[in-house]
Amino acid sequence: MNLEVTLGDLHLNNPIMPASGCFGFGREFSAFYDLNQLGAIAIKAATGEARFGNQTPRVAETSSGMLNAIGLQNPGVNGIIEQELPFLNQYNVPVIANIAGSTLEEYIEVAKKMSEQPVVQALELNISCPNVKEGGVQFGTDPTLAYHVTQAVKSVSTKPVFVKLSPNVTDITDIATAVEKAGADGLSMINTLTGRRIDLHQQSPIIANGSGGLSGPAIKPIAIHMIHQVRQKTDLPIIGMGGIQSTEDVLEFLLAGADAVAVGTANFQNPFICERLVQDLPNTLQAYGFNSVKEVRDARCSHQSTSH
Amino acid sequence: MIIEDMTIQKNECIALNTFEMVISGEEIPLQIQSGQFVHIQIGDGKLNMLRRPISVADINRISKTITLIYHVTGDGTKWLSTLTEGTMVNVLGPLGNGFEIKHAEGNHILIVGGGVGVPPLYHLTKQLVRHHQVTVVLGFATHEAIFYESAFQQLAETYVATNDGTYGYHGVVTDVINQLDQPFQYYYACGPSPMLQAVQRQMTDTHGQLSFEERMGCGVGACFACVCEAKNDKGYVKICQDGPVLQANEVIL
Ligand SMILES: Cc1cc2nc3c(=O)[nH]c(=O)nc-3n(C[C@H](O)[C@H](O)[C@H](O)COP(=O)(O)O)c2cc1C
Repeated sequence: MNLEVTLGDLHLNNPIMPASGCFGFGREFSAFYDLNQLGAIAIKAATGEARFGNQTPRVAETSSGMLNAIGLQNPGVNGIIEQELPFLNQYNVPVIANIAGSTLEEYIEVAKKMSEQPVVQALELNISCPNVKEGGVQFGTDPTLAYHVTQAVKSVSTKPVFVKLSPNVTDITDIATAVEKAGADGLSMINTLTGRRIDLHQQSPIIANGSGGLSGPAIKPIAIHMIHQVRQKTDLPIIGMGGIQSTEDVLEFLLAGADAVAVGTANFQNPFICERLVQDLPNTLQAYGFNSVKEVRDARCSHQSTSH
Repeated sequence: MIIEDMTIQKNECIALNTFEMVISGEEIPLQIQSGQFVHIQIGDGKLNMLRRPISVADINRISKTITLIYHVTGDGTKWLSTLTEGTMVNVLGPLGNGFEIKHAEGNHILIVGGGVGVPPLYHLTKQLVRHHQVTVVLGFATHEAIFYESAFQQLAETYVATNDGTYGYHGVVTDVINQLDQPFQYYYACGPSPMLQAVQRQMTDTHGQLSFEERMGCGVGACFACVCEAKNDKGYVKICQDGPVLQANEVIL
C-alpha cells in the first residue's frame, strides 16, 4: 500500500515518526529495529550551549500518561552536529531537528547551524517546552512573540520550518495563524500540557521541578480537538501527536486534520512501537476502506468542505 | 535486549510490602547478568504508560527462570503483587550494565545492601564466594522488612542492622562497617542514595561499585529521565544505560 505523504517540500515514505525527546538521537532504538522503516525522525531538542537539565526525579506516571521535566538536557547544537548527526547519516530517513532556546538570538543561532546540516531535512521550532524557566514557552503562548521568532528562524533557515505549538494557551488557533503569517512551512502539535503530582508521604511534588509536561493517551482527545480546530483555519501541513499508541489512533489523527504523526511516550512502553505502527497501518487503513494515506486526506478534505 | 512474555512460577510476600517473584522465559534468563535489570509492563499498558525497572536477584539458567524481589510502593507494583502462578508478564530486558566481577580486587570483599537494594547483591554474592572471602552487611528499616538473611548467611558472614533497632544492630550499615574495622580490599553496594553516599564517603580509600535506583522513563537511555552527575567528559551518566552499576569513584552523590 502507498503510505507516502508530502508535507510541503518534505517527502516521507510513511506518516509515522518518533516524537522529539522520546527517541534521543536514534542510537538506542537502532538496537531494536532498522530505522530506515520510519517516515522521519524528530531528534531531541538542541540549544545553543550544552544543558544539564533539571534535578531528578524528572518523570512521574499518571493515569494513562506521564509527567516529564527533563529540562532540555542536550550536548548543545555543536555537540549534536559533531557527536550525533553522523550516526543518523547512515540512514535514508529525513531528520527533523528540534530547536529550542531562551532568547531570539539563541533560536537564530541554533536554527542556522542545524539547517546547514545536509542530513537535516526540516526544523521543528520548539516554542512549547514547559519545563525550563527561561525558555521556549513564552514564545509559544504569545502570538506576537511566536510571530517574531518564527519569522527570525525562517530568515536564516535553508530548510522548511515546522512550528511546534503549545496546548497551554486559551486559543491555539491564534498562535497557529500568527506563525503561518510569519512564514511557517508547517505545524507540529501538540507539545505537553503542564501538570503536577504530589507525593503523599513527602507532601511535596514528585517531580523535582515541581510541574512537568503531561503526555500519553491522557492527552489524545485534546490533541485531536486542537488539530481539528487548527485545520479549520489553515492548509499548512500538520504533524500530529499526543498519546498515539495504535494504528487506529494514527487514523484518528489523520481524519482530524494531521498529515503525518509523531509517537512519543509510547516508545517508552514498547520500544518497537514505531516499527509496528508502520507495518500495521496498511491493514487498519484497509479495514476502514482506504487504499492509501492520501485517500484519508482526500476523504477528510471533501468532508470538511461540506460540514464542520 | 528483547521483549518477552514470561510466566510467573511464584509470587509471594516474603517481608513487609516485599514480594519475591520467579518468572520463566526463553531468552532473558539466558542473557541476563548479575546487577542488570528488567523492565516490566504494568497491566495491558493502557492505564500505566511506564514499565517498572526491577533488578535481578537470582538467575537459574537450567530452569530458565529469574528471581525478582520488589517493594510494593504504588499502583503498579500493587498490581504486580496480585498476579498468580501461571500468569504472563511482559518483560523488556536485560537492560543496563551489571556488576563487573573480574575487577573484584584482593581477597576480602564487602557487600553492603539497604532495603530493596539488597536483592541484586544475592546473585553477586553467590558468584563472589567461589573465589573470595566475603562479608555482607544488610540494613533494613525494621524487623518485619528483613528478607534473605538466612540465604546470605548460607553464603557468607552476614550482619543485619535495623534503623529502629527491632532486630540485629540498632543503626545504619555504616555503623556496622565501622565496628567491623576490617581491611576490605573491594566493595559492592546497592540501596537508596543516602546510603550509597554514606558508604562512598566511608570507603574513600577502597575501590568499589555502586548500584543505583532512580525513577526511569524508557529504561534504554533515550529519554534522559534518570541521569546522575558524574566525573566523566559528559558530566553525567544515565542510570538505566551506563548503570545501574557504576564505579564508586565515577559518580558525584
Ligand atoms: C520525556 C519527554 C521529552 C520530551 N522532549 C521534547 C523535546 O525535547 N522537544 C519537543 O519539542 N518535545 C518534547 N517532548 C514532547 C513530545 O515530543 C510530544 O509532543 C508529546 O510528548 C506528546 O506526544 P506523546 O503523547 O506521544 O508523548 C517530550 C516528551 C517527553 C515525554
